[in-house]
Amino acid sequence: MAEREKVAHLLRRATFGPTAEEVDAAESAGWEATLSKVLGASDPKLGPPVPSITSDPIDSLPREATGEQREAAGKLRETQTQMIYEWWLDRLVAAGSQLEEKIVFFWHGHWATSIEKVDSPHLMLLQHKIFRQYGQGDFSHFVKAMVRDAALILWLDNQKNSKRAPNENLARELMELFTLGIGNYTEDDVKAGARALTGWTVDRGTGKTRLDSSRYDGGDKTILGQTGKFDADGFVDVLLNRPASPRFIAKRIWYRFASGEEMNEATLHRLVSAYSLGKGLTTLMNAVFTDPAFLESRGQLVKQPVEWAVGAMRQLGIKPSGLAEADRRTLREHLQGMQQTLFRPPSVGGWPSGVTWLTSHTSQVRLRAADFLAGKAASATISKLSAAPEQGRADALARLLVVDAWTPRTRAVLNGAVKDVRKLLALGLISPEYSVQ
Amino acid sequence: MMDLLTRRKFLIASGVTGAAGLAAGAITLPLKEIMGTAGEIPPEARILVIVTLYGGNDGLNTVIPFADPAYQKARPELAYKANEVLKLDETTGLNPAMKGFHRMFGEKRLAIVRSVGYPEADRSHFRSMDIWHTAEPKNPGHTGWIGRWLDTVGGDPRLAISFEPVLPPLLAGARSAGATVGSNGLRLPRSYNVKTLAALGTAVDGESPMQARAASCFRDLVGVDELIKEAKEYAEEVKNEQGRGTGTGGQTALDNQLNLVAQCVEAKVATRVFSVSLGGFDTHADEKQPHSALLGILDRGVTAFLDRMAKSEQGKKVVVAVYSEFGRRVKANASDGTDHGAASDVFLVGQRVNGGLYGEPPNLTKLDGGGDIKYSTDFRTIYASVLDRLLIADPAQVLSGWAQSLDKMLK
Repeated sequence: MAEREKVAHLLRRATFGPTAEEVDAAESAGWEATLSKVLGASDPKLGPPVPSITSDPIDSLPREATGEQREAAGKLRETQTQMIYEWWLDRLVAAGSQLEEKIVFFWHGHWATSIEKVDSPHLMLLQHKIFRQYGQGDFSHFVKAMVRDAALILWLDNQKNSKRAPNENLARELMELFTLGIGNYTEDDVKAGARALTGWTVDRGTGKTRLDSSRYDGGDKTILGQTGKFDADGFVDVLLNRPASPRFIAKRIWYRFASGEEMNEATLHRLVSAYSLGKGLTTLMNAVFTDPAFLESRGQLVKQPVEWAVGAMRQLGIKPSGLAEADRRTLREHLQGMQQTLFRPPSVGGWPSGVTWLTSHTSQVRLRAADFLAGKAASATISKLSAAPEQGRADALARLLVVDAWTPRTRAVLNGAVKDVRKLLALGLISPEYSVQ
Repeated sequence: MMDLLTRRKFLIASGVTGAAGLAAGAITLPLKEIMGTAGEIPPEARILVIVTLYGGNDGLNTVIPFADPAYQKARPELAYKANEVLKLDETTGLNPAMKGFHRMFGEKRLAIVRSVGYPEADRSHFRSMDIWHTAEPKNPGHTGWIGRWLDTVGGDPRLAISFEPVLPPLLAGARSAGATVGSNGLRLPRSYNVKTLAALGTAVDGESPMQARAASCFRDLVGVDELIKEAKEYAEEVKNEQGRGTGTGGQTALDNQLNLVAQCVEAKVATRVFSVSLGGFDTHADEKQPHSALLGILDRGVTAFLDRMAKSEQGKKVVVAVYSEFGRRVKANASDGTDHGAASDVFLVGQRVNGGLYGEPPNLTKLDGGGDIKYSTDFRTIYASVLDRLLIADPAQVLSGWAQSLDKMLK
């Protein structure tokens, strides 16, 4: 594989979509330097800072609040909901540390908490900050922060889980979806785990959570063969010390960053060796990107709609926050139409993957979104494409969109559209070559 | 508001369980393609409408053993009293929200099979739903039971369809697959020619399988430009009036889906199996009211549909089957909710159903090790009855040798 193709592959996976200039720079720096840059310290160009919401407007109202105050608080909450969404989308496009953003996005899908049920932008943002603060560090600190997270607790009803009769929802999903994977625990473990998670209460106004000892079950629990007076942290320790846990996380990361195909055991072994407790995610990401199977994985991942749209905006020079309000709304609707809205994963299982995104229905929605984005492309982008001679425009487009090569099929379609540069752009965005990575 | 959410959310669940990556690729057809088969259904053919309830419906508060002291004792806050339920007999009643189902039970059009499940109940939403879709409890594979039936009858995707953007795994066969039928008011931007787009679907050598799959989506686009001109509009997505369960899928409005099914049936299209769904059943806390509200949506949707079906000869050939991936724990949790359980109820309703109660009532004093209802009827028994009596197929061929069925439940 040519050096340019290698670094382009790396950047497609480690970012939301590299620009041609980023690939140029990577090509001249070489694979090693690019990899360390990708994995390295934060890029100073962070993008817009995390917005500040100090409390939930409705849940922090005093009991005697008037109807008018309640209505105003409701409006404010709606505004905040839209604000955190638009902020995050903007940040994804603008951030220099793309891998960091991609990891935050990964954890969002992993913990799959939706504002739909949590119903508070303030709490969603608090959870989001945990992803940023702990998402790349020691997994046990991270999981312990998550079991205390108000949004996750509400999403999985753990505020209702008490000694008197435990609620299993969080305990089950913690094992099945967040740390171990199905088949690595029994129903008895779910029940005992639920007891370990009892007693947490949430202040919806401030987002603070605390353990109410009168509702906590302090008795002995047997979880995965170990017996003790496990509390939430003790339970997490039991889970993360299982060999299944690093295997599960390594697989989930590989599945989203490398390939949706069956993972070979040698690769899994290498990743798990790179990712024992106490190590951060960087060693794992390094193992993913340097695994021999990684270079073989081109074209094996389908771009999720957010990846697709953010990548396109980076390449076309569109800054979401620079769009007029009506256009921002349209953009949001397009992503909603493609069924991926930030802060609203569809289920506890997180976002779909692979072929699920590939139906003729989604192609139609994507075409409309592509048409919209092509219409908003920066004038510099359009002039650059237009500057290429017509017979060379398909190649200029490939460079712009960091597509290694068009198939003869797509090239023929593109060649038929070279006179209308925005249409050419849109066709490139919906092409099969651009739909996968 | 629940945005644009469909089965997609649930199914394949981002591969968490490694579940059914559909064996055969699914296509989306314009409604026109289905309507184009108007009049083609053989006169003797019957029609199956499968309603999937996503999230795990609490069977005990749906078909309620109100007279069982163990029921009242296990969930004092959640339980319905004798005077609240819609009685089916001296010991059993329906949830008060299910007035239409109650009427249809009186008309002997509703069969209720109780304590339905499978060996070694799995309490994961995703795994258990895979099991129901694939009818393979031990090791759910990549094909669904209706998909395998489709394989045996030639594989025309128009025979088994869903009105949601993503194909439910039950419609995926090994060699063929049912179709999703759209679309929701989609239109191509004016400047794009369908032929151009279809050209993006040309197969070329050497593409990665995913890229080839992406290309194949464009092949199905042909004809879509005409779609909008004839398709009756249906609400694209609806406000979520379906409670606040942890999302597990199935949020396209049930009545909209059933309305489209009704149009298709009345036009005598070739389709034999329709798959529709309702989500939101994953409630773990304060669930009595939300659960009842969801059952109300189910009840109103299915009852209105079947009342409409009862008006035509074609409609009388329709049977609706309703199921969920599991029931709920008998004992309430402290949050006035219930946790994931095991065996639950399945409904079959229509003119071709011999109404009544089937299967063993849940035994609340002999629970399994997890405190859940033990199954006494394997769900494949119901599938076998449906295959045998409605789809006139050999159950054993579709269900890996499973042949046992419930006699007499279907006419």
